[in-house]
Amino acid sequence: MLRTSTSPALREERSAGEVSAGRGLVLAIPWTWLVLFLLLPTAIVLKIALSQPADGVPPYAPLLHWIGRIPHLRATADNFALILTDPLYRGAFLHSLRVAGLSTLICLLIGYPMALAIARAPERRRNPLLLALMLPFWTGFLMRINAWIGLLQDNGWINTVLEFCHLAPVRLLYTDTAMYIAIVYTYLPFMVLPLYARLTRLDPALLEAASDLGAPPWRTFLSVTLPLSLPGVWAGALLVFIPAVGEYVIPELLGGPQAQLIGRVLWNEFFENRDWPTASALACILLVLLLVVPLTAWAVASMLMRATSKGPSVMAGLDPAIVRP
Amino acid sequence: MLLRIEGLTVRYGTTVALHGLDLSLESGELFVLLGASGSGKTTLLRAIAGFIQPDAGRIALDGTELAGLPPHRRPVNTMFQSYALFPHMSVAANISFGLRQQRRPRAEIAARVAEMLALVRLEGFAARRPHQLSGGQQQRVALARALAPNPRLLLLDEPLSALDRNLRMETRGELVRLQKRVGTSFILVTHDQQEALSMADRIGVMHEGRLLQVGTPEEVYERPASRFVAEFLGAANILPVEVRDGVLVLPRLGVTVRTAMPVPPVPALLALRPERVRIGNGAVNVVDGVVVERAYAGEALTHSVRLADGTEMRVTQALHDGLGAEQPEVGAKVTLSWQPEACILLQEKPLPRCAVRAGRGRAAKRIDAKARSAEGEGDRVGTEPGDRAGMEQGDPVGIEPGDQVGTEQGHRVSTEF
Repeated sequence: MLRTSTSPALREERSAGEVSAGRGLVLAIPWTWLVLFLLLPTAIVLKIALSQPADGVPPYAPLLHWIGRIPHLRATADNFALILTDPLYRGAFLHSLRVAGLSTLICLLIGYPMALAIARAPERRRNPLLLALMLPFWTGFLMRINAWIGLLQDNGWINTVLEFCHLAPVRLLYTDTAMYIAIVYTYLPFMVLPLYARLTRLDPALLEAASDLGAPPWRTFLSVTLPLSLPGVWAGALLVFIPAVGEYVIPELLGGPQAQLIGRVLWNEFFENRDWPTASALACILLVLLLVVPLTAWAVASMLMRATSKGPSVMAGLDPAIVRP
Repeated sequence: MLLRIEGLTVRYGTTVALHGLDLSLESGELFVLLGASGSGKTTLLRAIAGFIQPDAGRIALDGTELAGLPPHRRPVNTMFQSYALFPHMSVAANISFGLRQQRRPRAEIAARVAEMLALVRLEGFAARRPHQLSGGQQQRVALARALAPNPRLLLLDEPLSALDRNLRMETRGELVRLQKRVGTSFILVTHDQQEALSMADRIGVMHEGRLLQVGTPEEVYERPASRFVAEFLGAANILPVEVRDGVLVLPRLGVTVRTAMPVPPVPALLALRPERVRIGNGAVNVVDGVVVERAYAGEALTHSVRLADGTEMRVTQALHDGLGAEQPEVGAKVTLSWQPEACILLQEKPLPRCAVRAGRGRAAKRIDAKARSAEGEGDRVGTEPGDRAGMEQGDPVGIEPGDQVGTEQGHRVSTEF
């Protein structure tokens, strides 16, 4: 049985003054880190996003404008308004979310069986399998993407094999397919690892109990394994989804020119148009989206869980035994 | 005949967990499998449930062969030692799980869940999650969940071991009453001999993958078939006996013993329950000795008495009003006596124990609890508490320099032990 509550003795000890001084010191390190490298840059980006574009270095007008000794705030919401009204940006956001969502789904569909297989493998074989999963990370990311170019291009390995089998060659490079292949390939380990961690902690007795009570293997999976691994699914999905939304390199190198993803739009605004305020506003909206989308999904899911776990109809959506024919 | 097991053999690699085991079970019976850990009792349970495929043998339930059927196709349910409640489901969803697999109508499921909750006195707990329940409540949910699909046979793997002592005592009686009420056959696995004696209709004593003896609690306790059973179920004083001129004699004491049982061919062992021996001259068979130890256990008092040949005998007396204060102190000379009916005669194959011990050399010095309980026989001399407490503590009770090994061969136990 799991006991998550802290024992009273431990809590008492923690509230003692001498302990909290040391604790404060330890906590100061991550807090300093967060303030210096997360909050401060975010604040700077937000500041630029609220500024007006201007010719010069840096290419935006200062937020505070001094007239004599009195500071005047010259904040503007124009950049945000432009992004929210211009279909180019809206389209890029939607496309990015779609690409990231689909990639996450594919990663889940491929990653779940992989994680399950590793978790159920004999103990001595688990670490080698995990190592094999992580092995690509030993090589540089760009190197691996370039390797994919070699595989995917018109006279690349894949088409050579297809030709050898007397099949028509397919155009892969600079298409969405190539982009999805590379995104899934890159982020798959981030899906597998949290799932694996969750699945190895699953008590095998629960699976035996389900089987003992008459559930065939697939129903045991749907009613026990899957629901109990959902936290792993969420963790893996977030780890894939969040970087995939802002992915720039893979669509740029492998995707088609029509793929206007938010990462590329942001890059263009920043480096080609030198419109830092618009680029910053894009970054701010992206950040909010990345917070809002998963949180909404999480809230909806937990609401569904709560609604379905009250009576015997628990996991009604997942357990087909409940769905009446 | 509900269950018939014939020649069941299970191997794990090179170790044999079950040696061609036979067992029959009647409908409505509460059968207790008793054995130390590693005796194969859980393996037997898992083979019946279907989690282990036997290497040989048959398991027939209601005349239908179960071997080859996966667990979910067997009309047998298990109550797991860890309970294995589904943590993401409410109590009601846990209990209804088996019924939902059978795709019973919703109304029937709801009615059965309510019935089960009432049976285990957990009305009002339907919406709770397992982690919101106490250990005892979880245990009852596990029982209700296993009983809900109305199995032909319920397997209980150490169902009370996770409860604390007082609750365990209470739950024993409750579980037996519940079993009689629902009428389902139970096979209950335990290592606790008190639990086995107080709950079982019949007990099967398991040791090293074999069923040594099967019988009612009275039969197994009063007429153990072997020294191992005598010592595993309760305590026993084991004395070597010989037959001289058709009369039973304690050879080293020169004392004649009168028994109610027919005298077997030699060599034989005499087993005496400590609570059947009394201090004082009141019974037919009499020996003299000196008290070497007194152990007070609240409801009873146990004296260890060394006899003239060095053998120690344990005598346990229930403490009634006033009894205890005038009991002999350590060092006192006492007379022990017992009735012919108290004598349990065991016909034991003499084991090549000295050879085994000698081969172990210096390691044999450490008479660890495991080796002693596993071998059952070993080098224990005369009096040895056969109860689990004695085995687990592993204290070399009764092993004294100069003690004699109690067999016909009469080897000496030297100080190297």
